[in-house]
Parts: sequence; C-alpha cells; structure tokens
Amino acid sequence: MSILVLAEHDNETLASATFNTVAAASQLSGDIEILVAGSGTSGVAEAAARIPGVAKVLNADSAEYGNDIAENIAPLIVQLAPNYSHVLAAATTFGKNVMPRASALLDVQQVSEITSVESDDTFIRPIYAGNAMATVQSTDAIKMVTVRMTSFEAVADEGGSASIEAVSATGDVGLSAFVSQEVSVSDRPELTTARIVISGGRGMKSGDNFPLIESVADKLNAAVGASRAAVDAGYVSNDFQVGQTGKVVAPDLYIAVGISGAIQHLAGMKDSKVIVAINNDEEAPIFQVADYGLVADLFDAVPALDAELG
Amino acid sequence: MKVLVPVKRVIDANIKVRVKADNSGVETNNVKMAMNPFCEIAVEEAVRMKEAGTAEEVIAVTAGPTQCQESLRTALAMGADRAIMIETDEVLEPLGVAKLLKAVVDNEGPGLVIMGKQAIDGDNNQTGQMLSALLGWSQGAFVSKIETAGDNLNIVREVDAGLQSLTLKMPAVVTVDLRLNEPRYASLPNIMKAKKKPMDMTTPADLGVDVSPRVNVISVNEPPAREAGVIVPDVATLVDKLRNEAKVIS
Repeated sequence: MSILVLAEHDNETLASATFNTVAAASQLSGDIEILVAGSGTSGVAEAAARIPGVAKVLNADSAEYGNDIAENIAPLIVQLAPNYSHVLAAATTFGKNVMPRASALLDVQQVSEITSVESDDTFIRPIYAGNAMATVQSTDAIKMVTVRMTSFEAVADEGGSASIEAVSATGDVGLSAFVSQEVSVSDRPELTTARIVISGGRGMKSGDNFPLIESVADKLNAAVGASRAAVDAGYVSNDFQVGQTGKVVAPDLYIAVGISGAIQHLAGMKDSKVIVAINNDEEAPIFQVADYGLVADLFDAVPALDAELG
Repeated sequence: MKVLVPVKRVIDANIKVRVKADNSGVETNNVKMAMNPFCEIAVEEAVRMKEAGTAEEVIAVTAGPTQCQESLRTALAMGADRAIMIETDEVLEPLGVAKLLKAVVDNEGPGLVIMGKQAIDGDNNQTGQMLSALLGWSQGAFVSKIETAGDNLNIVREVDAGLQSLTLKMPAVVTVDLRLNEPRYASLPNIMKAKKKPMDMTTPADLGVDVSPRVNVISVNEPPAREAGVIVPDVATLVDKLRNEAKVIS
C-alpha cells in the first residue's frame, strides 16, 4: 500500500511544511504519493513531482479547492484514502482544519502532531504542551496522521521526476464561502522555518516597543515571534504566537526577550538548538531552559545587543 | 436559536503535569482540575450571544466521569441555562466524543455549536472538526470573531498566514481561538444559582454510541530534559558566546 501526503501550498508555491511531511512519510513502508488540492496548481504539482522519492503526484485542480475550505477538501481525501495505508498532512492550521474532518468521515481516529515514527502503526506525540510524550498505536485500517514540522528534517526539493495525474474534482458542497484572506506581510523569514527567532513577551510592555527586537531581527535575518501573553495583551497579532496553541518553532537560535517562560510558551520553542533568555526576573522559568541567560532590563539589553551586532 | 457548548474538564493550565511512575499516563490524583481554557472562551461567546438576543438558550454538555459535572456547573455559573452530563469511565477519544455530541445535537437541534479548538491535555485539536463532519454542517475552526447575519455566520479564522474571513451557512460548528473574547469570572451569587439549574444525565449506551478506543497508548514518558545553561554577565559576553562558543551567529 502507498502513503498519501496532503501538500500544503498557496496555489502558487509548495510550502516548506510539505517537505517535512514527506520526510515523515519516508520513514513508513510504501510508495509516497502527494495530493495537491487547489486551484491553478500545475506549478505546485510540478514542484511536488521534483521531490526525490515521490512516486506520483495527484493534482486536484478545481476552483472549490482554491481557498483551503475544509468542507470541500475533506470529501476528496475521503474518496482517495481507501487506496492508501496512511494519509499524512502537516500539523499546520490547514492540516489541523481538514484532516479531522476527513478522518471522521472515514471513521478513523486521527493521530495528531506526531514527532516520531516508531513503526507503520506506532508514533510518538506530545501531550500536555509537551510535558509528556505519548507512544501511541493506531488500530484503524487507514492511519490518518498530522506531522509536527520541526521534528522531521525537510527532504530535498530537487532530483525527483514523479508522474503527475489529474484527479477529478468532488465539487463545492456549498457550506462555507470564502470572503477574504488578510496575509501578514513581512520581509523577514517565516517564523516556522527561520534559522533564528527573536520573540517578545509581556515584558515588552507595548506593541510600540517591538521595533526594538525587530531591529535586532533584521541584523540577524531572524523572524519575530511573541508569547501568548504578548498576543493576549494586543501587542502583536496572533500569527506571531509561539507556543502550545500557536506555532511550534525549533530554530538554531531562539532569543526570548521579556518572556517569563510559561509552560504554554516552552511547548512551542524548547526544541530550539540554542536558547537565549533576556529577562529582569532571575527567577523566571525561562532561565531553566536557556543555554545563555542574561538577567537585565530588556530596555537596556536589547538596544545594547542591537549595537553590539553592528 | 439554541447554542450547544461542549466543555471539558482538564488539569488546570497552571499545573506542571507529572508522568506516572509506571508510564501509563500522567498523574491526575490530587491535582487541581479546571475547565479547559478554550472551553471557557466558547461558553463566554455563547452567553454573550444570549445577552445580545441572538441565542435563546445556551446548553452546556460534557462527557466523562462523575467529577466532570464540576465543569458543567462552571458553565452554568457563567450563564449557560442548562447542562447535559454524559457519564462514562471509558477513556474517550475525539472521534468517540464527536459521535456522542452528534447524538446530543440530534436530540436538541441547536443552530450552532461553539467549542474550544483544542483541549490542553490531549492537544488533539480534532473534536469540533469531526463533529462538523459527522453532522454534515459547515465548519469554522480557530475562530477569533463571530457575527450572525441572518441564516449565515460571518467568522474570522486565525490561520498560519494571518486571518481568513468566511461566511458559514447555518447550522454550523465553530471552534474558538484565544482572541475571541476574555471569559468572565463567575460571581458567587451566580455560582449559587448554578446549583439549581437543570442537569440531564445520560450515558454513551443511552445515546447508542460506541466509544471504544481506536488508539492504544503504549507508554507515556517524560520529554528529554534540557541541560542547564549559564548566566552571562553582559551583552558583550552573550554575543561573544553566540559567535564563538555556540557558533549560531556570524
């Protein structure tokens, strides 16, 4: 049996999450096929076909798939799934939205956000914000799985030459209508794939102070993130949120500025290679996970860091 | 319109959980429990809809052992009108819960189900989407804004790239994200009043739902611990260490 990977894309570009998901799929036994569901996706399908180790790309190119509407994409997965042993998607807001809908229609208990493949039916996944790791075995005939991107190193994007097959569309079920998408525009790297991330917490005191860390971010070519406390306080929008209920990041360097280190935040960044914490409270739990801690007022330390980096 | 709000009792968000010595799960004995924070946001939104006149009745529902009634009482104290307790000692998975909730929806006929996007214990983020699928209803996941507009619901969803606006045909299931609202604290008089509000008792068998688990938990372990780091005296030392010791900046 083969493994079906649901591609993540914006109808133009294949998103990096797809490469991490294929990496997880490659640890299972079976050929890997990629499903591209979208509108005007020939370029995305071609990019998917260039991934080494992919046997086939299924291109479901139709208007009703163009806006990531779960009610329209789930029936497509349901129609294809019986031909596969596994269906995998990234644990992004796209995968988290679509996969459980398809799983319920298939009468399958999905396994969410795996961090390790132990065997074809056994996976490790974090529970309780990563304070415990559960090893779980699926007994369903089809394994429906979402994959934590940061736990699987992306596969190469060139070298393969899979065939591309058109898939007939399942139609618009007419439940949800797309109105608009407000995409946060930034010249900085994307939070989940950046090599360096600098995040601000409640200690930033105001959204007006975020330019302090943005200046450092620009010198390091880093992405900017935030704790839930900073998002709740309205300093920045939710797509900056790193943590249990936001994004999970694992960069080479994570700099936490004015972040106390609540369990919910640590869940989103504690797999970073090197962690730096800057906080004026030496008792802050963030120092327990930091490789380098600086006990200082961030309003002195961050400008000093900015100057030191030239 | 009736609004159904499923809620879950979980280990309090501020408690650091401990893995049981026999690796069968996490320690829940003598641990402070509370309503899942996302469920509080869902209850708050439903109660606000009632206050605004867009909902006539708010019904809270939960499934689990007897003690889960506490979370229903919390929902009632926040302003829900009545509650449904599905009592079971089985280990419940999202698919099983979605099937139980579908049975409740079939009995009660709500126009809207509002629930948390995930519970902070299992971190599955599945139940709302599954319920929506089983009902064949429209689905609004990770919502930070809800507006009723006739037979439609205008919502804003928190997605990785930013915000997505959708119009959902009612009836619908929405799962709520953090920024939707700030839940109220139940006042003491309301906590007292909640004790007198009606709570219907039922079971998975009464509802005709098989909740047998599909996923075996083989073991639960501590995550790998990070080694303790060092405190640096100043910014210059920090930058030097990052350049020359960790070699993560140039």
